[in-house]
Amino acid sequence: MTFTAASIEAEYGLSRERLLQIEYHLRLTRSLEERIVSLFRQGKVIGGIYRSLGQEGESVACATALNFSKGDIVSPLIRNMGSLLVAGAKPVEILRQYMARGNSLTRGRELNIHIKDFDRGFMGPVSPLGAMIPVMAGVTMAGRMQGKNMVGMVHIGDGGASTGAFAEGLNFATVMKVPLVIVIENNGYAYSTPTVKQTLATKLSERALGVGAAGETVDGNDVLATYRAARRAVDRARAGEGVTLLEVVTFRMKGHAEHDNQSYVPKELIEEWKQKDPVDRYERALLESGVISPEEIASIQARIKGELDIAVDEAESSPLPIAEDSARGVYHGDGFWDEQR
Amino acid sequence: MSDNLIPKAGGETFYIDAIRQAMREEMLVDPRVFLIGEDVGVFGGAFKTSSGLIEEFGPERVIDTPISEVAITGAACGAALMGMRPIAEMQFINFITVTFDMLSSFAATSRYRGNGGCPIVVRGPAGGGVRGGPFHSGNPEAYFFNIPGLKIVYPGTAYDAKGLLKAAIRDEDPVLYLEHKYLYRRIKEDLPADDYVVPIGKAKLRREGRDLTIITYGAMIYLAEEAAEELAKDGVSVEILDMRSILPFDEEAMLESVAKTNRAIVLYEAPLTGGVGAEFAARIAEKAFDWLDAPIKRVASLDTPVPYAPALEDFHRPSKAKLIAAAKELLRY
Repeated sequence: MTFTAASIEAEYGLSRERLLQIEYHLRLTRSLEERIVSLFRQGKVIGGIYRSLGQEGESVACATALNFSKGDIVSPLIRNMGSLLVAGAKPVEILRQYMARGNSLTRGRELNIHIKDFDRGFMGPVSPLGAMIPVMAGVTMAGRMQGKNMVGMVHIGDGGASTGAFAEGLNFATVMKVPLVIVIENNGYAYSTPTVKQTLATKLSERALGVGAAGETVDGNDVLATYRAARRAVDRARAGEGVTLLEVVTFRMKGHAEHDNQSYVPKELIEEWKQKDPVDRYERALLESGVISPEEIASIQARIKGELDIAVDEAESSPLPIAEDSARGVYHGDGFWDEQR
Repeated sequence: MSDNLIPKAGGETFYIDAIRQAMREEMLVDPRVFLIGEDVGVFGGAFKTSSGLIEEFGPERVIDTPISEVAITGAACGAALMGMRPIAEMQFINFITVTFDMLSSFAATSRYRGNGGCPIVVRGPAGGGVRGGPFHSGNPEAYFFNIPGLKIVYPGTAYDAKGLLKAAIRDEDPVLYLEHKYLYRRIKEDLPADDYVVPIGKAKLRREGRDLTIITYGAMIYLAEEAAEELAKDGVSVEILDMRSILPFDEEAMLESVAKTNRAIVLYEAPLTGGVGAEFAARIAEKAFDWLDAPIKRVASLDTPVPYAPALEDFHRPSKAKLIAAAKELLRY
């Protein structure tokens, strides 16, 4: 199909301004991760890096479908750094997390994208997979009790969808009719385990049928189509029509973490998915439609480089935590979290 | 619904009604408080602990759920982060193990990892002696005792049941509230008509004595009293300390009592090995060794699942005879 600015606007409901915003967030996600890898190689990042290369599209597209000014909250998984950036997390905040700095949002207690700020609309995950689905069911249930017109979105992987917490959470959220969108990212692998060893279902969204939720599967590397599907799910939730289980089909282009060379993934598969890179595809659509020029893409990338140079400097000069603080802030009342950092 | 199901504050009150009064009164004064669990609404709870509440507060605040302990506690966590004050009921406290991860990984760590305080109350019927068998007689406090970030309380009287539940609901941190099902309709006392709380972390001296201290909590306070009465006939003066709160626990009260009596029995209803009483004993050994005239004794249940048949369960549990034997052994030193 051929794109024009008008056809994109008509088909997907995205203005030029929002399309450029998506482009910015896609490139920001990819570039920030590249910076994190380079800091890792310099020994400045302490823990693991879980790349979202090839999955930036679905993260950014799904989060863009939310309306953070209405109090919407997204709970990303490890490969959804893009969701956080769309919600308004700053690159320096993510860098401080990776670099375990004392003034990170978690003050050096937690890793990578495990950060929360409800005022901006995000809450990072805990590592036991599936847990965030019941939690987000409670967040959205409370939002409804409080008379807010908010929507929640929670991410889970093809592997995480095998957990008991996922099954309970999906059913519970559906029967409670809470305004929640559950996004399953089917990226082919859970660490080394292929999706065919997680489930014999061919479409993970069909799990919605068993509980009475709405379900949809979309090409997660098609940013525009993913946005449209996510937006439909968000609108349903906001209208009080309940839970949607949205499967985004994508591919994990790197190993589970930086140490993992993904030797268990057939080379042809990686080659095949390289051709479907979501950022390339999105940029081709925008260029073809004339929404954006090659110069504008270059200028967005230059802007991101400048922003990240500053963010990396800021993160590197951020203080380390004070060792004795390790004992504080477990319970309310010791003043730790009231202190400025 | 006739309002005789909704207990009025104060007066002669059963342990179970003290729990309901606490929930009701907190729901009346604080719109953030709600109850969520299996059969808690229309049915009023498997033990009728919440009967009358849905009629008074509606299904938005007394929420019947699917059989999903993970989702119940997880949703409570999410709501708490949004500023609500959820009370999640486990139909039997044994089922709390289903949601161990939600409590240990999510709720307990939330504040420490910068995710914000998670002020939930998870309550449910604990304890044996009711011929409930392996899955309806549990005392799970030790499973959670090693999890910083949680609080655990286990009241043994109607007064404490009400006051500790109010304190738990008002607390800024996640609290596991264990209520002993054997006590539900077996004990009652006059409660004050006015609002009160029992502070979390404070023990209560139930009986003053000179010769030895029984440190205990939950329904075991009554077993301790029976033993103390019996020992009194032989001229032995027993002090009984009801810990009431298990995490944090009142170390000061414990050490103070041991410094006075110089002998300590730690009595608990859970299995012996790795029980909460093991930590109590370790703390006394560490901090009050100079005061001790005898080793610290533990009296607890056998290291087995809880059996069903009366003869088996009675043998499994702490008994007056076991307690008196332990006391006599200590008194020989």
